Amino acid sequence: MLNKYPLWKYLLVLAVLLVGLLYAAPNLYAPDPALQITGESSAQVIDLPTLARATAALEEAGIAHFGEVIDPGGRNALLRLADAEQQLTAQARVQRALGDGFIVALNLAPTTPDWLSNLGGQPMKLGLDLSGGVHFKLEVDVDAAVERRREYFLNAIKRVLREERIRGIVGADEQGRVEARFRSEEDREQARALVAENHPELSLERGSDGDNWTLTAAMTEQMRTEIANYAVSQNLTTLRNRVNELGVSEPLVQRQGQNRIVVELPGIQDTAEAKRILGTVANLEFRLVANLDAPESDKQRFEYRGEDRAGMSEWLEREVIITGERVANAQASFDENGRPNVSISLDSEGGTLMSRATRNNIKRRMGVLFIERKYRTRYEEQEDGSEKPVQIPYDERKLLTAPVIQSALGAQFQITGLDSPLEAAELALMLRAGALAAPISFVEERTVGPSLGAENIRLGVKSVQFGLALVVLFMVLYYRVFGLVAVVALSANLVLLVAFMSLIGATLTLPGIAGIVLTVGMAVDANVLIFSRIREELRDGRSPQMAIHTGYDAALSTILDANITTLIVAVILYAVGTGPVKGFAVTLSVGIVTSMFTAIIGTRALINLIYGGRRIKSLSIGWGVKA
Amino acid sequence: MKVINFMGQRKLALAFSALLLIIAIGSLATRQLQWGLDFTGGTLVEVHYSETANLGGIRDLLDTGGYSGAIVVSFGSDRDVMIRLPQGHTDKDGMQLLRLLQDNFDGSVELRRIEFVGPQVGDELREQGGLAMLLALGLVMLYIGFRFQFKFAVGAVAALVHDVIITLGFFSVIGLEFDLTVLAALLAVIGYSLNDTIVVSDRVRENFRKLRKADAIEVINISLSETLGRTMVTSFTTMLVLASLAIFGGEMINGFAVALLVGVVVGTYSSIYVVANTLVLLGVSKEDLALPVKEGAEQDDLTP
Repeated sequence: MLNKYPLWKYLLVLAVLLVGLLYAAPNLYAPDPALQITGESSAQVIDLPTLARATAALEEAGIAHFGEVIDPGGRNALLRLADAEQQLTAQARVQRALGDGFIVALNLAPTTPDWLSNLGGQPMKLGLDLSGGVHFKLEVDVDAAVERRREYFLNAIKRVLREERIRGIVGADEQGRVEARFRSEEDREQARALVAENHPELSLERGSDGDNWTLTAAMTEQMRTEIANYAVSQNLTTLRNRVNELGVSEPLVQRQGQNRIVVELPGIQDTAEAKRILGTVANLEFRLVANLDAPESDKQRFEYRGEDRAGMSEWLEREVIITGERVANAQASFDENGRPNVSISLDSEGGTLMSRATRNNIKRRMGVLFIERKYRTRYEEQEDGSEKPVQIPYDERKLLTAPVIQSALGAQFQITGLDSPLEAAELALMLRAGALAAPISFVEERTVGPSLGAENIRLGVKSVQFGLALVVLFMVLYYRVFGLVAVVALSANLVLLVAFMSLIGATLTLPGIAGIVLTVGMAVDANVLIFSRIREELRDGRSPQMAIHTGYDAALSTILDANITTLIVAVILYAVGTGPVKGFAVTLSVGIVTSMFTAIIGTRALINLIYGGRRIKSLSIGWGVKA
Repeated sequence: MKVINFMGQRKLALAFSALLLIIAIGSLATRQLQWGLDFTGGTLVEVHYSETANLGGIRDLLDTGGYSGAIVVSFGSDRDVMIRLPQGHTDKDGMQLLRLLQDNFDGSVELRRIEFVGPQVGDELREQGGLAMLLALGLVMLYIGFRFQFKFAVGAVAALVHDVIITLGFFSVIGLEFDLTVLAALLAVIGYSLNDTIVVSDRVRENFRKLRKADAIEVINISLSETLGRTMVTSFTTMLVLASLAIFGGEMINGFAVALLVGVVVGTYSSIYVVANTLVLLGVSKEDLALPVKEGAEQDDLTP
């Protein structure tokens, strides 16, 4: 028994360790406090004069800065600051100097050297509990969206019965279905045929109670899920747009489960402000395009939304036909010729208003306006001479489209003549966003101040260091040379853990740090198992080389079993848990995997290097063992 | 190696475990858990005063300011104050409360954190947490049943349930707050206790096959004695880092560290006594662990 690894195994261990060191390295470079400047609209380009205005504002305030860069394409610019304390002041100054067209956000600019980031190296992201910021959980009222759709069907059925002169009473039942009652079976059958033709998506059921013949129309389960999904994804899109306006460097907007949306805004302190912007409602207005000879007092000029038609505008009448509340749905589809279009459904009142307005205006054009609540900053002088920014809300109205009215419109109509399916999808999305299918409410909110975040990092690092030091001390005292080997493996494990977390882009949170600490404690377990096995073998009178060999072999299955079961628990934690629990689960599972590598293969390589390939009389593995 | 007669004290250990379980369950039934904000819903505001905070004054201020029922305690130091509002306040109250405190204090009142959890979220979490725990226990039982034998799976799960209930009971008796991180710790306790249990079970299995003449009690005593050193060393190193986390980790992670510390102590004890006791009670024997006879081997015997 010589205990020698083939050369490739040593090289493998070395290679893994080197790669680990490489990808863990970005975390050593502390990020610079920085300001990130972006244009409010995508058309707004950041050029050198803009950057010069920003730097001038900083110099005037005596704030040291360096490393200014503009992204290729001019989408955003980065200004690094020398002092994190001045970041807030700097932000206010630059925002003031640039005005409302730009968003100035606090940022932490990585200082990873180019050669490292070219290899894909990046530091770990910090969770909100470490960086400070706000975490919101919003709930989309899916039931309200379903309710609205039912209301639409109810009105549509009422209308079709009225038009066909079928007498019946239409109402909603407790299960959220539409129920119609008729005096005769013929009426019911006639109604059934009509509804089935107009709304094939509804599932219909016949029935009777006493003198009445009834017809119940229900939305299918699939349809309800679709409505709910629609409502959530639509809110998701609107929230993404608004979050971008908040000027946060790395916001997160993510769907969670059935009907929740998580929004994380690092660095934001004023939650009231953030909530106001996130909670604003967009709206729609349908107005006729004004005739050329219309007097100035009856018309208004609006610009088109989006980059394609930037700068173009139309004159619209002041009178509003309908607003977004009347829009039940908007969907992109294709007409019979395969050209993309958007079909719009209105509720019954909307349909009436629309037909009244369009009946006599065929061949004229109708404009659709998208209205968003925005904020403008004004600076008010305080009594003590300082300036305080004040947010003034205003409604921004922009034109989405202005198609020609081909015929009198009712509750259902199409916008045709669109260039591409993409444009149709975009328009349908904007129409739905304006209609806001489902209200949202805040169900969870967590704000962590920057000082607490910094303190959490400091305390976390301190406890890892202290815990690690104690373990190192104990292991070396107890297992001597073998203990030293275990300690080297433990350090390698930490490096690999950090490298792996950085590589997969995992977020480090406070419970994540706790996971690392726990891994440190538990990672030595594999080595303890092996070492006590070796000691037993020595006691039983085996030769040192033989003891090493059997020790590792015998302990392997135990280590595997123990780690796999722990891994099962970690995976369940990840699957079921949210927020902090998830963070902990990630570090724990990564730690289990890396520790198995370092504690079994890593230590074996070292032990082989120290003891392997020669005759030895004794092993330095602690007290009580004589070999 | 000296074989310690662990099983000689097994009746005593059984009584001890039973006593701990009764205390834990009794306390959980009567005092329940001090559910944290994550589970109850409500609002929590933590602030840092530039000078020593006057808790009584803050309480009065909040009472008159329309926040009756607020719990005001110092958190960590006498300048750090934590205020908890019961459910029924909206998500806007946290910020308003902060303004109220800032307007009524001459020095600076710095925001540390605000947490608002809606009632429906809390209920869901409690459900989810319970579900995670049951799922973990079930899967683990399956894995051990598959890798070892059914009696070992029962032993392992008995140990896990034992550890979880006693740790929960500890939180209930001491009145420590039970929040999401503590739940995570509890699940980690399951992982840790399992680790210990498997190491012991593994050795019991090995020795049953190796020591053909010994009876079950002897085998278990020998196995426990052999693994004792490893059990102690691992528990000790783990406790070293956990103690470090409890002392230096700060208030937000304290509950986590304490839960794990208690869990590790109980887990170490249970891997020695609860698992072994269950095995003895279930009458574990050599036959349970006989290596499955391979079909090929049987045929070899038949050939002359």
